[in-house]
This record gives sequence, structure tokens and C-alpha cells, in this order.
Amino acid sequence: MSEAATPAGAAGEPGAAGLAAAQGLRRLLWGVAGIAVLAVLWLIAGSMLENNPRTTNFATFGLIPTLEAFPQLWAAGKIQAASIASGYRLGMGLGIAIAIGVPIGVLMGRVKWFQQYSNSPFQFLRMISPLSWMPLAVLVFATWDGSIIFLIAIASVWPVIFATAAGLAKVDPAWFKVARNLGASPLQMLTKIIMPAIAFDIFSGIRLALGVAWIVLVPAEYLGVTSGLGYAIEDARETLSYNHLTALVLTIGCIGYVLDGTLVMLIKRFSWHRGGAN
Amino acid sequence: MSVRGTKIEIQGLSQRYPTRKVPTFNRVDLVSPPGEALAIIGRSGCGKSTLLHILAGLTKGTEGRILLNGTEVAGPSPRWVMMFQAPHLYPWMTVTENVGVGLTFARWGKKEIAERVNDAISLVELQEFAQANVQDLSGGQQQRVALARSLVMEPELLLLDEPFSALDAFTRAALQKDVRSISKRLGFNIVIVTHDIDEAVIMADRAVIMAGSPGDIVHEMDVDLPNPRDRTDPEVQKLRARLMATFQEAANYRKPEVALAGAVH
Repeated sequence: MSEAATPAGAAGEPGAAGLAAAQGLRRLLWGVAGIAVLAVLWLIAGSMLENNPRTTNFATFGLIPTLEAFPQLWAAGKIQAASIASGYRLGMGLGIAIAIGVPIGVLMGRVKWFQQYSNSPFQFLRMISPLSWMPLAVLVFATWDGSIIFLIAIASVWPVIFATAAGLAKVDPAWFKVARNLGASPLQMLTKIIMPAIAFDIFSGIRLALGVAWIVLVPAEYLGVTSGLGYAIEDARETLSYNHLTALVLTIGCIGYVLDGTLVMLIKRFSWHRGGAN
Repeated sequence: MSVRGTKIEIQGLSQRYPTRKVPTFNRVDLVSPPGEALAIIGRSGCGKSTLLHILAGLTKGTEGRILLNGTEVAGPSPRWVMMFQAPHLYPWMTVTENVGVGLTFARWGKKEIAERVNDAISLVELQEFAQANVQDLSGGQQQRVALARSLVMEPELLLLDEPFSALDAFTRAALQKDVRSISKRLGFNIVIVTHDIDEAVIMADRAVIMAGSPGDIVHEMDVDLPNPRDRTDPEVQKLRARLMATFQEAANYRKPEVALAGAVH
């Protein structure tokens, strides 16, 4: 870079907005095209199920019966109730994971001896499949809700911890020296320097955590509870209403997609790294 | 902006690391009157940078003390601000936010911050970049932002740790002149640590040479030149040559050459 860098260069090239809009549109078109391919494959598979006498009982797995099931489920309030129950568990579990994971991650990134002591046990615990805690959780927690929230929290706390610590490890130590030099209190160091410096990494960790939590949530709800998306799927299977089952699977996909997209937006919003997120 | 300088008194300052036999420096005494620009010159490892960190309150000396206008330096303070070799700006903040960060630490009001920041940004001539992302600025511009970030605190003392060594020659020369003229205009003290003789001649009122192990101040020289200084000026070059000779003598540079010359004959 030269001394002659101009503010125009800083604000972006002329017409950059138009270019970005064109790129956005292209990305949207590609997305729609990808989903369309998926839908066509589903349609074909559905018609194959229907036309084969041995599988014709399962024809309601197809795309069209599934789409027909949506209004029925919605009118009965099943989708809403299941989503709210699952959302509550997911939110609580993730919230606990973030509330525990971020401070531990900051500690790991800032305090050398803590990092050295905790690394091995954390790496070990991280590799335990979250669902294998299930029997223990059922023993410890009085309610099924409590057990499921525990499972989600323990599954999603690791990405949050490690992403926070890794983010802090990348931070220029001189940023702290400069802040101290200019009179920052320890609290201001945390809120004005550390947090903005690693917000990007924390949200990246939460994004990974969300993926894991979402994966754990549904199988956890197969057991015990009588609400939530996992339960609703299990219920649909037992009542042989396959189109309800696929509609619920589709709902899970949609909610996950929206949640993930929201986090991607947050990551971009809090990214100060040049070259964007990811 | 109005600033006053400070009387710096370094009294019997020593620094030793428990792992090393020889102290970094031993019982250093130094006084600098208010408003003086003092250069500390020395080769790498003579302890000059450590001395500066102790002056800034970022490190503690093992013995002795430092008084600024009679107050002992016990830790970092916005009254004595350090500028580092690299600008170390906060990339998630604009130029304006970076410059004002010290004032937000001090919980100033928004309006007062805006006024002060504006002044500081004009002082370093970055008005048109006020809202720019600091990552879009050149190295020299970034170091100007760091300078404004220090000046906005209206420090009595600006500590400079080889602040321009990473810049190209033209940018470096411009910033050296600017920092000197701003310090003279506002009246604050400068202590600049450098291994660049030119930098000392252009920026300082007085140069002290640190050498030896443990390090100590072995020479000092007044840099009594008119302002603004130009390195092509014969007066400047004469003083530069004298300072260089003293520096080399202090660093025992000539001895091996003399010995070698003797061996040839």
C-alpha cells in the first residue's frame, strides 16, 4: 500500500454496490437451482416408490404428499408446538454452553497455566460422543427436559471453548499493552478490546456448536419426552403417517438452515478480518 | 490542545532478570528538563528499550525510581504514553474510534471525545481518512493514527520505541520532523529510543548513548541545531558525524579495525 491511498479506495470502488448486488443475485440463483435439483430427485424417488408394487405403501414419502402434509400439521398446531419445545431445549442448551464456554475459552487463551492443564482433559472429554452421556443424564436430572438440555450443552460447549481460546491466541499481544498504556481498566480490556477482537471467533464457535446441538437434539427427543421435533417424527413413524414424518424432517432442515444463516450473518457483522468471513 | 512538559528524573535505576548473571543496566541516573526531546541511542541489547518500558510503567525496575514532575511512576498512565515500533491499531475500529479509544477508557463524554479526536486527527493531517478502516491505510498513515491516539491523551511525555523503523525512508523522514514540530508546538517531553543516529539528530535536543553490559549512559551530547532540520544541511551533517564517532567509540567499534591495521604493517 502506498501513502497515496485515497478515501475512495477505503470506501470501495465506484459501482461496488452494484457488483455486490449482482453477486448476491447470482448466489441466490445458484441456491435456488441447487434446491430445485434436490426437489426433482425427491419427486422422481417418490414416483418410483409409488409405481413399484412392493413399495407403494411408502408412497407418501414423496415430495407431493409431504407438501400436502404441511398445511394439515400447521393447522393442527403440531409444527409450531414441536418447534417451540425443541427451540426451548436448543436455546437453553446453547445458552448454557455459551455462558460456560466463553469464559473458559477466555481463561484458556489468556492464562497460560490454565491452558496447559486443561488442554488434555478437555480434548478427552470433547471426544466422548454427546449421546453417550444419556444414561448418566437421565440418572442425574429429574426431568427429561433437563437431561436433553444437559446433552445439548455438553455437546456444544467444546466448539465454543476452543474457538474462543483459539481466537484469543491469535490476538496481537501489543493490543493489550497499548490499551493498558492508554489507561484501560481490566473490565474495559474485556469489553472494549478482547470481546470485539474475538467476537468473530466466538460466533464461528457458536455456529459449529449449533450444528452439533441440532444433530444431538433430535435423537435425544426420540427418548422419553412427549414434545419436540424428534418426538413428533417418532410419533409420525409409529402412526405410519410418512408424509407427516418427511414434513417434519423438512421443518428440521429449514429451521437449521435459517439458524445457521443467522449465525453466518452475525459472523460477517463482527468480522474485521479482511477478505470476509470463513 | 495544550500540554505541558514534565521534569524526568531517573534515579539509580537498575534492572536485572533472575535468570541472567549480568544486570541489563545498573544504577542509571538521568535528568531531562520539561519540554526536552531526548534521544537514547544504543546498539540492540544495551537495555535502552527496557529503560523505556520502565519509564512507561509497563515494566518495573528492580532498583531505583523514576519521578515525573516529582510523582513516582508506579504503572501505566495516560500522562506518559508510549508509541511502539508498529502502530498496533484496533482493526475493528475506524481511524476516529482508534484515536479516541484512550478517552473512552477515561469515560469522557461523546461530544468532548469528538472535539479532541478531531484536533488530534488534524494535527497528524489525516482529516480525510477520519472514517476510514485503519486496514486501508498505508504504514505511514497507520503510524500517524497511532501518534494521534497518543497525542489525544495530551501526555506530558511521549515515549517512542523506534517508532519509525518499519517505514520507508521518505515517510520516516516526514514523521520524524512532524513529531518534533508537534512536540515543540505543544510543549511535551519526548524520549525516543533508537539505533538510528540520523533520527536522533533530526528529532532530539540532546542525545545520550547507552552501551556496555550492564548498560549505562556512557556519553551525552547536545543536539544544538536550528529548526526545522534538514539532513542535507552541513551543520546537521557535522553534528551527525560527531555523534557517530562518539557512538562508535562507545560501542568499541574502532578497536578491532585499529588492531587489524596494526597486524598488516
